[in-house]
Parts: sequence; C-alpha cells; structure tokens
Amino acid sequence: MRGRFTFLAGCVLVGLILVVAAVSLVWLPYDPADTSGGRLAPPGGAHLLGTDKLGRDLLTQLMVGARIALTVGIGSVLVGGLLGVAGGLIAGFATRWLDDALSAVLDILIAFPTLLLAMLVVAAREASLGSAILAIGLAMSGVVARLTRILVKRVLAQDYITAARTSGTSWPRVVAEHVLPNIWPTLLVNLSLQLGLAVLAEASLSYLGLGPPPPNASWGRLLQEAQATVLTSPTGAIAPGVLLVVLVVGVNLVADGFRDLADPTRRRTR
Amino acid sequence: MTLLDVSGLAVRRADGHRLVGDVSFALDAGERLALIGESGSGKSLTALAVMGLLPAGMTAHGSVLLGGTQMIGAPDRTLNRVRGRTAAVIFQEPLTALDPLMRVGRQIAGPLRRRGLRGAALRAAVRAALDEVRLPERVARAYPHEISGGQRQRVAIAMALACEPAVLIADEPTTALDVTVQAEVLALLDGLVAGRGMALLFISHDLAVVAEVADRVVVLKDGSPVESGRTRDIVGQPRHAYTRALVDSARALEGELDRLAP
Amino acid sequence: MTPAMTPAMTPAAPAVLETREAGFAYRGGRPVLEGVSVAVPAGRSLALVGESGAGKTTLLRLLLGLARPTTGQVLFDGAPLVPRDRAFRRAVQPVFQDPYSSLDPRQRVARIVSEPLRSLGLLSPGSRAARRDEAGERVAEALRSVGLPADAAGRYPHEFSGGQRQRIAIARALVCRPRVLLADEPVSALDVSTRARVVELLAGLAESHALTVVVVSHDLSVVAALCARTAVIERGRVVEQGDTADVLGAPAHPYTRRLIDSVPRLSRASRLR
Repeated sequence: MRGRFTFLAGCVLVGLILVVAAVSLVWLPYDPADTSGGRLAPPGGAHLLGTDKLGRDLLTQLMVGARIALTVGIGSVLVGGLLGVAGGLIAGFATRWLDDALSAVLDILIAFPTLLLAMLVVAAREASLGSAILAIGLAMSGVVARLTRILVKRVLAQDYITAARTSGTSWPRVVAEHVLPNIWPTLLVNLSLQLGLAVLAEASLSYLGLGPPPPNASWGRLLQEAQATVLTSPTGAIAPGVLLVVLVVGVNLVADGFRDLADPTRRRTR
Repeated sequence: MTLLDVSGLAVRRADGHRLVGDVSFALDAGERLALIGESGSGKSLTALAVMGLLPAGMTAHGSVLLGGTQMIGAPDRTLNRVRGRTAAVIFQEPLTALDPLMRVGRQIAGPLRRRGLRGAALRAAVRAALDEVRLPERVARAYPHEISGGQRQRVAIAMALACEPAVLIADEPTTALDVTVQAEVLALLDGLVAGRGMALLFISHDLAVVAEVADRVVVLKDGSPVESGRTRDIVGQPRHAYTRALVDSARALEGELDRLAP
Repeated sequence: MTPAMTPAMTPAAPAVLETREAGFAYRGGRPVLEGVSVAVPAGRSLALVGESGAGKTTLLRLLLGLARPTTGQVLFDGAPLVPRDRAFRRAVQPVFQDPYSSLDPRQRVARIVSEPLRSLGLLSPGSRAARRDEAGERVAEALRSVGLPADAAGRYPHEFSGGQRQRIAIARALVCRPRVLLADEPVSALDVSTRARVVELLAGLAESHALTVVVVSHDLSVVAALCARTAVIERGRVVEQGDTADVLGAPAHPYTRRLIDSVPRLSRASRLR
C-alpha cells in the first residue's frame, strides 16, 4: 500500500518537528538570548551544534524556530485556506459577469507582490508574527481561490451534479455532498505545498524586518544570518535548512498519502 | 512481401499482467482487416503496439513486421521512419489528435513537409489534401475547435494520408460521430483506401460498421483472439459462443428498425 | 387554467410533459430551439431524434426544468412547469449519456442511488436507523430491478463496467418511482452488445414500472426498439413527428430518410452481400 507508507513516513517527519517544538516549550539547552557561548563555536562540547556569530546556542535557536515555523505555516494556511476556499467556491459558482469580475480580483491579488502586501499589513498593524501570518495568508488566498474556482467548475460540469439537481438536492447540499468531497484532496496537497512556501516567505519577511522581531529567530532568519559565514561554519546554514526540508517534505507526504488513502479508486478493490 | 505481419503479439503491463496475448494476423496491399471486440478486449492496444506507440509501463512481445521492419524493440529512429510513411493512424477522438492552437492548414502541412514540399508546392499540396477529404479550402484557416467533429476527423484523415502510407490503421474512427456523419466518413475512407490500394486495419466494437468496411475480421475477447475469418462467414456462421453473442446483440438491436424500415 | 385558454384540440390522453411552441436562445445568440411542440402522454414513449447541435439535449433540459424556454411554454401535467416543485422532480427523472460522469466517484452506490430519496424527503419520518433501513430496502429494490446484485450497494462506481454504471444511473432514476424517464443518449457510450442489453432493460422497465420513456438519440435502431412515437429534430426545429412506425416506415422529410439510411446495419452491410 503506497498511500499508507507515504502517510506514515510523512507522519514521522512532521512528528519529529512537533516533538522538537513541544519540548522547546518546557526545556531549552540555553536561554535563547544567552550570548555567552563565544562566536561561531564549532559543534560538540557544551554546544551540541555550535553557536552563531553572536554566541547564541544553535540548538536552542533551532528549537525555538520550530515553534515559529509551525505557527507561521499552520497559521497562514488557515488564513489563506479559509479565505481562498470560500472565495474560490463563490467564484466557482458564479457565472457570466460575476465570474469575470471575481477572476479579475483574484488575478490582481495574485499579481500583487507578497512583500508589498506585507508592508501594507505591517504599516496598518506592527511588525509581529501575527502580521506576518496575516500577510502571507492573504497572499496565499489568491492562489488557493483560483485553484478552488477551477476545481469547482470542473466538478459542476459533471453529470452527477445535474442528477443531484434533478433529484431536488439543494445547492448547499450539493456543495457538502459532491463538490467538497471531490475537490478537497487536490486542495489539501496544494495547501501542504503552500505551508512550505509560507515558512520560506516568513524568512524573507524577517530578513527585511517585516517579520517577528529578534531574538525569536525563525529558521528563515537563521538561514539568512548564517549566509555570511557559510564557508567557515556551515552547520549554522545546514541545520535550519535540513529542518525546513524535513517539515516541508513531511507535510507533503502526509497530504499525498492522505489523499491516496481517501481515494476510493486507488484503494484495493474487493 | 506482406505489408503487415503480426505474429504471437502480446502486450504486458510492467507488473507482468498480460493485457493482450497471442494475436496474429497478416495484411497485404488492398486488404481490409478489422479487429473487433468490446472495451477492454485489447483491440486498441494491439493497434498501438503495431505502431510502437504503447503507453509507458507497457511492453510488446512477439513479432510485428511493418513493411519488413521489426517494430518490437526497435529504437525510436527506426519507428519514426516507419510511422506516417509505411503506416499511419486515425484515432477515435479527432479533437485530441489535433493541436488546438494550430490552424488546420499548418497541421496538414506538417507531415507534407516530410515529403520535402516547400512554398507554393506545399500550399498546393495542402489544398489538394483538403480536397481529397472533401473539405472546403477555408477550413485550412480554421482552428480545430471552430470546425465540426466530422470535419475534424476528415482533417485527421488528410494528415494520416499526407505521407502516402501503405497501411492505414483506423481506431474507432467514427465512434464519436453522429450517424449521418459516420456514414459519410466511412464512405470517404472506403473510397480513399480503394483508390490508393492501401491496406486497412480497422478497429471497432460495432459489427455493423465492420461489415460495412472490412473483408476479414479478428474477434478479440479479454486480450485474446477467439475467432477469425471472412466477415461474411463470421457474421453468417459464427463458431465461437462469444462471436455468436456479438452477432445476436447486433441483430437484436437493429431488429425493430429492420421491421419498420426494411 | 380557465376553459377559454384550453387549446381546442385536447388530446385524449393528457400529456405528462409537453412543450408548446417552445424556443430557446442564449443571450445574444442564434436560437437553439424554435417553435417546438412535443407532447409526452402517459405510457407513450417518445424519441427525440437528431444529431449533435440539433438542439435535442437543450429540449431535454427544458423538459427537466434545468433551463427555461425563452419563448413558449413547458407544461407538466397540464400546468406550467415549476422546477422546484417536488411532485415534478419526483415524477420526472433523468438518465445521462456518459456513465462515467453521471456517478460521483467518491460515493458508494447505495448513497448515489438513494440521493433522490433523501433530497426529495421521500423517506417516512422516524428514527435515523429506521430511515436508513428503509433507504437500504428501496436501494436494494432499485438495484434488483436493473439486474444488479445487492452487494453492489457497498461498492464504488469505478468497480463497475460502463454498462453496469449505466444500470446504477437507471436505478437512481427509478428509486423515487417516477412516471417519466428522460434518457439522453443512454447507450451511445456503450459497446454494441451492452447497448442491446440496456435497451432491453429500459423497454422492460417501461413495461413493468408503468414508465413513460423519453429518449434522446441519434441512433434509430435504439429508437425503433424503445419508443412508440418519434419526433425528428433538425437545426432546432421539429421537422417530422408521429408514430415511430410511420416516421421510420414512411419518412416524409428527406432528413429523416438520410438518418435511416445512415444507420449501419448487418442486414444491409455491403461486405456481407
């Protein structure tokens, strides 16, 4: 069973990050602001993964970063997913001029640079984790809505929708019983990709000072900070990179496997 | 020399499952053979195997000699030399067989270029090709979605004939068409095949259509041939139970029409 | 309806479904249908014959209440059709051409077939379990009448062949015990041998379930086998209608003649002579 294996492998990877994030809440090797470790100490000894250029323990930074990565990823997927799916459903059902108008709005939203959106959000609120999540989620919602719209239109063109209507099924029930069950698998896989992109987007926002302020260093910020010293002390860049890949690949595998497990046509037939 | 000689052809999936097995037939210039069977009988896979066009994950075994070239296991270069020139295919759905973003004239010109035609000669050849399938010249400037299904199938036929193949393989060429259009396209195919002395390999699930175009029939069921012979004999005295069922259902379906409009 | 509005020539059997001078056009487009008057009296199956683009599927959509005529009227039991009317929905059920698109791939057959029961509120009030049992029985009955085994209910559409899927679609249409079945090219996506069996099934059901079948088709052999009356549609207009025996036996319109001549038949095949 390919689906089950994929799903379990993904669960292990995501579980790893979840455990790290959970542990960071109750125990950390050092205080995140503790700069007593000496600059760019190599891995081993008192600092398992060494220290960064300010002398902070890298393992501590990574553990705190896991928390931030998960918050940003899940938070912005929730914002972007809810807004995007709702908007996409409306656009999917719309016909003629309303459909054209909504498509134009979505195109503008997608063409709008995430960075500019983030600056507007930060200007309206403040530079914080919440602002980053809101900005990333908003930018994501356009892409999700456009995908949802196409998926909805494809399902609505099927004869089983007409059959449901001629059986007197109300539109809300058509959505709940036919449209959503047929579009969520594709949406889920797309949202899992978006989660990875959101974690990366937060990194660039942080770099520009539009993300959560230090010392709450996210993996993205760690990566950026390690840029200058990547040749002399590679662990600082490799470690957050590896964790990022583990999270993104893990979430993707979970979504992929879940989709396969839920698809009746991929299940073993009796 | 036989134009198309298929012997012991088998098609297997990557996991070893046999989809087609032990199919053998031979086809000479001017001959018309039909492969008949229901969906899943392996008739289309057989046609694809003959052209070396099997989808990824499927492999052909046995022997397919097309114009003397062994098609099974042949490298792409060899296959490309044979495709279009020795044999050409027409598929069921002409809309998917044509490039939606290219005007019809340019699509027909594509295979004609392989014959070395350029400039005015090429334009004249496109006109002649359209004329041969009874399409007006203005169709050349249309995109595939702007013309009807019957016209698209005519375009597909024109493209298949462009390289003057010796063998024409028609895979359910009229299944997607209306009856009157089907009758026209069948008549057109009939005339073209006869006029050029081509060999025709016709694939269909419809015995009545087959009886209209093919002299010999191979009946396929679940990937294996169950009976073969002259169309007249197969329809007149089917020996195998499955063939008999095919003939009976065809007769049952048209029985009432025969009674009302003999 | 006031007596003054009643047409002078009231047919003997009242029509279950009827169109009067019905026309349909998309906004700013050429009319797809023009002045179409056809009637479906109870027990007299009707064939709408024509080729793609003739407008027969649009006509079917009008009869199903999925589209409104831009001119003329569609009547159900003698009164203007109200698409939301439950009595109408229950009485008139469709069967579609493509059995791969007409069944939701993510629902089990039991759920697909019972949809009209749930949506039309046809299950007797009572506990959830009681209603589920009732739905189960009705589904089993419908599956039995289309010749599918009872264990089909627990399976998914992709586990069935094209012909079996079409049977499932017919079972869904039958489950609410309709009076009229509107079938849009019900067998043209099927193999010939499967075609014959599904036509046989529809003919049998019309008999046993007192169903009036309206078939849209371009295949006259199907029409001849199923329908008492035939209307031939060409480019949005009815060019000929009457008893199938008359229309096919002595076609008055050249288009009808051409349709008849185009049907591939073993009895006429050139290679058999």
